[in-house]
Amino acid sequence: MGLLAMFRSKPATANIAKERLRIIVAQERGGRGGPDYLPLLRRELLQVIHKYVNVDPEAVQINLEREAGHEVLEFSIALPEKPGA
Amino acid sequence: MTEIIVVTSGKGGVGKTTTSASMACGLARRGKRVAVIDFDIGLRNLDLIMGCERRVVYDFVNVINGDCTLKQALIKDKRIETLYVLAASQTRDKDALTEEGVRKVLDQLIADGFDYILCDSPAGIEKGAHLAMYFADRAVVVVNPEVSSVRDSDRILGLLSSKTQRSSNGNGGVKEHLLLTRYNPRRVANGEMMSVGDIKEILGLDVIGVVPESPDVLAASNAGVPVILNDDSTAAEAYSDAVARLLGEELPLRFLEEPKRGFFARMFGG
Ligand SMILES: Nc1ncnc2c1ncn2[C@@H]1O[C@H](COP(=O)(O)OP(=O)(O)OP(=O)(O)O)[C@@H](O)[C@H]1O
Ligand SMILES: [Mg+2]
Repeated sequence: MGLLAMFRSKPATANIAKERLRIIVAQERGGRGGPDYLPLLRRELLQVIHKYVNVDPEAVQINLEREAGHEVLEFSIALPEKPGA
Repeated sequence: MTEIIVVTSGKGGVGKTTTSASMACGLARRGKRVAVIDFDIGLRNLDLIMGCERRVVYDFVNVINGDCTLKQALIKDKRIETLYVLAASQTRDKDALTEEGVRKVLDQLIADGFDYILCDSPAGIEKGAHLAMYFADRAVVVVNPEVSSVRDSDRILGLLSSKTQRSSNGNGGVKEHLLLTRYNPRRVANGEMMSVGDIKEILGLDVIGVVPESPDVLAASNAGVPVILNDDSTAAEAYSDAVARLLGEELPLRFLEEPKRGFFARMFGG
């Protein structure tokens, strides 16, 4: 690294990019080939959950598992930690 | 045997046309009979990059509509004996390309004994991009080391594995390759840009080439001479390597590290 570069010190953002992509690609691949209603289902589910608890959109994961002869739709919802718990 | 190769990306402006032109030249330079087709209907560009824009009389859509023969529309390259260009139409009619029409033209090229047909895809995931990939045996997925390009290319991978002739007729699917371009080794070394290893890991694809960011690419498009024909350019060497890998040769990746610079350049170069 040159002297000027040292003073300018840019943050190393490549790792952040990689991590974000790893997550989004896995999520998009998970829903791929599945029924077209999955994104809508996810959105509506989120609305219903919001009536009861305030979760982050990221906290709702939908997974489509294909097994011999049938498909399993798996939902997982990470609840927020209770304050003080 | 003819091999149909689509050069695709999802995101626009990442280097598909640059790659199509250079790889077509590279394959033809090795004695293969090559036709390179511009699928970007309404936004013809490949003719400019190939330097044959003033010789376009008939285009892809003219052939499909029977306004002319395929032979009349194919533009023979002036530099390489075995290379032909089929220009895109400038029509604004979105339905000018049809699956049947494209099939007809490709079948004729196959019957004419071409070794390779390169399809330069438009950006996006609409009809043009779909038809460019539909008949492909192989795909060169062009990616820049940047989040939106990587994400879009993953969507393209999804389409290649579900919306192509090979994916639906059980012929083993389309063979997919990653071509990373506009790579800047210095920024990778500084942690400012994802590395080829990072992107390979995210997408899980075999890497057919890494082309450095290079001022020679603009010079090449200015002159209408595909960059691979520039004898002293690292971008040209990287494209030549990619062509060799496409032909089955095993070569190590080059230009992944920044060239050594002198003392002053290192001290003050930033
Ligand atoms: N390796 C490179 N180094 C520097 N510039 C590059 C490189 N590759 C491509 N470019 C530049 O990027 C721009 C877009 O390239 P190109 O037209 O090949 O992309 P494209 O994917 O075909 O775009 P579109 O989606 O519009 O069809 C051009 O200005 C080109 O000169
Ligand atoms: Mg283009």
